[in-house]
This record gives sequence, C-alpha cells and structure tokens, in this order.
Amino acid sequence: MLMMHTPRVGWKDAGIGTWPQEDLKAHISFMHRFNKELTDAGEFVDAQGLALPHEARVVRAKKGGGPEVTDGPFAEAKEFLAGFWIIDCESTERAYEIAARASAAPGKGGVPLNMPIEVRQVMGRPPEDL
Amino acid sequence: MTPLDADAEHLLRELAPQVLGAVIRRFRDFAASEDAVQEALLAAAVQWPEEGVPDNPRGWLIHVAARRMTDHLRAELARRRRETVVVMQVPADQQVAPAADPPSLAYLGSSFGAAGTGDGSEQDDTLILLFMCCHPALTSPSAIALTLRAVGGLTTAEIANAFLVPEATMAQRISRAKQRIRTSGVPFRMPTDAERAERLSAVLHVLYLIFSEGYTSSIGPNLQRSDLSTEAIRLTRAVHNLLPPGGEGAGEVAGLLALMLLTDARRSARTGPDGELIPLTEQDRTLWDRNAISEGVALITDTLSRGSIGAYQLQAAIAAVHDEAGRAEDTDWPQILALYGLLKRMSDNPMVTLNHAIAAAMVNGPPAGLELLRALDADERLAGHYRLDAVRAHLLEMAGDHQAAIAHYQAAAGRTTSIPERNYLTTQAARLAERE
Repeated sequence: MLMMHTPRVGWKDAGIGTWPQEDLKAHISFMHRFNKELTDAGEFVDAQGLALPHEARVVRAKKGGGPEVTDGPFAEAKEFLAGFWIIDCESTERAYEIAARASAAPGKGGVPLNMPIEVRQVMGRPPEDL
Repeated sequence: MTPLDADAEHLLRELAPQVLGAVIRRFRDFAASEDAVQEALLAAAVQWPEEGVPDNPRGWLIHVAARRMTDHLRAELARRRRETVVVMQVPADQQVAPAADPPSLAYLGSSFGAAGTGDGSEQDDTLILLFMCCHPALTSPSAIALTLRAVGGLTTAEIANAFLVPEATMAQRISRAKQRIRTSGVPFRMPTDAERAERLSAVLHVLYLIFSEGYTSSIGPNLQRSDLSTEAIRLTRAVHNLLPPGGEGAGEVAGLLALMLLTDARRSARTGPDGELIPLTEQDRTLWDRNAISEGVALITDTLSRGSIGAYQLQAAIAAVHDEAGRAEDTDWPQILALYGLLKRMSDNPMVTLNHAIAAAMVNGPPAGLELLRALDADERLAGHYRLDAVRAHLLEMAGDHQAAIAHYQAAAGRTTSIPERNYLTTQAARLAERE
C-alpha cells in the first residue's frame, strides 16, 4: 500500500489551489498515465483519492456506546493522507520504485513534488501450520 | 472455456427475465427461482459455446432452471421431513404452531410445454419482474442490484464490479432484497390499474439511477462506467417496447429513453485524454453520436405531439435542444429557460432550480441567475453541496467578479467527492487566477 501525504497547511494559499492551469493539467495527466501504466503492467489493485481534511471527522466510542464525533484529522498532524494506491508487485524494490515515481509527480512549474509516500505491506494470511 | 459470442450473450440477457418469470410462475418462490435461473444462465455460458445454441434456447433455460428447482425442493422437503420428525417427538400441547405443509411436488411434474408459445406472456413476465424488483418496499440500492441481476441477467460479480464493492457485499445486498420481497409478500402479477402509475414511476426511477450511476459515476477515479448506462438503456428500451404506445405512462417511458439516448450521445465528448471532464460548452460536437441523437429526438417529438407531459419528457426536450445546436453559441437558451420553468413547476427539486438559474443567466444575464441561486441558500437539501458553489462560481465569472468566482470554484473543489470534478473545478479556479 502506497500512501500519499500532502502538507496540511495552506491547500488554498500555498497548495495545489495556487498552481497555474498548465501545471495542474500536467499533474492530472501524470496521475492518469501513472495509473494506466500500473494497470497495463498488472500491478494495479486499487487507487483512491480522499476528500479534503476539512471534511474529515474523528470518531471515538462514547462511554456506554455510540459515536462521539469530533472534527478531524488530528490537529497536531502536519500532513494529511491525500490518497492511496494498493499495488501487487514482485518485490519490495519494485514497490519502492513505483513509490518514487508517484513521489516525483510534477507540481508548480513542473518541479517534482517529492511528496512523502509511505510504503506499507498489506498483511497476508497466516502460514498453513501455525 | 470459449467465451460466449455477442449474439448469444445478448440472447441470454434478453431471455433471463422471461425464464425467471416462467419459473416463478410455476414454483412461486422468488428467491430460489432466481438462484436457479442464475445457475441455468451460467450453464448456458459454459455449454453453448461448445455445443452451439439450442433450437429453443428459452425452453432449454427453463428446463435447466426447473431441474435446479426440483433439486432444491427435494432437499427442502427432506429437511422439513427431518424437522417434522423432531416436531412429532414434542408433545402436542407444547407445539406453538402446526408444522407448515411441505411444498407440493405436484409442480415438478408440470410440463413447460407452453414455453415460447408466443402468447405474449413471456413479455409480460419481464414487466412483472421489473415491477417486483423496483418495489417501493426496497431501498434504491437494493432495487438497483436486484433489477440488474433478475431482469438484466448480470452476475453478482459483474454488478459488484460496476459499483466498486466486493462481491460478498453485493451478494449480501441482493440476498437482503430477495428476503424483503419474500416477507413483503409481493405477488407475482401485474400491478392493478390503481397501483400502476406509482409502480411504473418507481421502475423508471430505478432505471434512471442505474443510468446516472454509469454516466456520472459519483465515486472513484473514473468519470463514466458506460456498461451501466448501456444496461439502463437496454432495460428502458425493453419497457418502452412492452408498453402500448399512447397508453398510460408510455409518455414518460419514451421520455426517459429519449433522455438517456440524448445524454449518452455525448459520452465520448465528455472526457478528455486524461479522463478530465469537458463541459457541454467546450465539447467537440463532432464526437456526438448522431444516430442516438436522431433516435432520441424522434422519440421525444413523437411523445410530446401526443400531448403527454412529464418530468422525464421535459428533461429529454431540454437535452434535445442542447443536442440540436451545432455550436454552443447556437443553443436556443430561451427555449431551455421555458422548459426549466415548466419542470420547476412540476417538481420541487433544488437541482432543477440550479439548472434553471444557469438558463436564466444565459437569457437574462448573470444577475438574474444569481438572484435565483439565493433562494437555494436556505435549502437544507443542498446545504454544503458542491454543485451550488460550482454554479455560483460559473455565474460570478460570467458577471466578471473573478475573485468571488475563484473562491466558489475552490469551495466546490473542496467539497466534491469525484476526482474528475475536483480536477475540473481546481483548474477553473487556476484559469481565472491567471487572468487576474
């Protein structure tokens, strides 16, 4: 699983909302091609973008049951999860390679964003004889 | 395994509801019949490519499904017999309810010779099934799933795939829907005349939802899942062919079919090479499907000439006005404005008011449109919905207030749950910001 993190501050002031139109187009086009390449290579399992964090809520169980809902995500976090890919590939090295390509998605002025991509193994089944 | 060719596949899907109707008629148990028919369809998909399509495909499917039902009933009978033995061992005064009669095996001997006699009952079966699957007792997602499976003949896996949920989730949804039909005791028959109008509108609503789900996929990275749209058009066409023209409700069925055809005609112009959304005014109109447009226009012209009017017909008429304009600037906006005015009087739907505001802005200038939007600010159904921000941004841009337009484009981008929409709205804001 590749998790794409984006700086939390200033989505509108400093983030993607301030990019020139051409840079936005280049970014969207990159993501489209990237997903298509993963699909063609048979490595694509799933990819989803997430709604922006101001729509997010954190839910905890209240004492005695029922949801207790607060605005989220956690205020102290500097970055938020913008989206993720689940890929099925041969090796850890290959997963790192793919993550590096996602990280280098073009940003403002076509400069690679170098977004942090968190790579996590999806847990498998237990061995036959546990 | 050789795949089924397109003709045979088409035939299977067309026969699916007829076969199911015949089996339910004999055995009455909707849920079990539906399972049996699914098994028969699978058997056909495996055997027909090898052995060829049988001379009487409908009879073949009914025969196979009935054999499955027989097996099912025998197993059920054996189970009940075991339970009856247990019941017999309980003293009679402790029995709270008498054991139900076991299902009769008398059905099993009945012949299916009536298959394909052409008396029209097989067509009616398709309609009865639709009325059953779109029953008001079901929630929309259940009705959609059941309609696609029982009437559309899609497998659970195909439906799950179309709605991007795991197969087990969809199987559960379908099973709940069948359970619901069983407990609500909906009989397998045509709705009475008194029920008919309401039930037909439920059917059309479900078909419309299937179409929209395919056309503007509300979730996920892809804007269009065309298989669902195609399936919705196929089913609506079937209903259109089954209802006598000029009969009650026929106008709205024709209207819905026309609306789907006229909207779907723009499909290939609606997205760019990177999957990005292209609005109506910027679409390459040479990519529009002329045949679909001609068919849609003919349908809506014919039904309106019969003096019939309804919400689907009005929406189809609006789509026709758009489709008939060779260039965006040739669009007959005064006519669209008048049609939205009629539609607004028929249905209290904030989405209609949104579109009405756009038409008003095109005809009478942006302040007229913005004025209409103000009425929606207090509407709770739209509270926080990105479409209100998106339309307001568009009208503010027309009015030359670019700063306010940028703010509303960005607000809309932050609220939509569709990535292509978000990309589109963010790009609009960026385009305006560059002009400032």
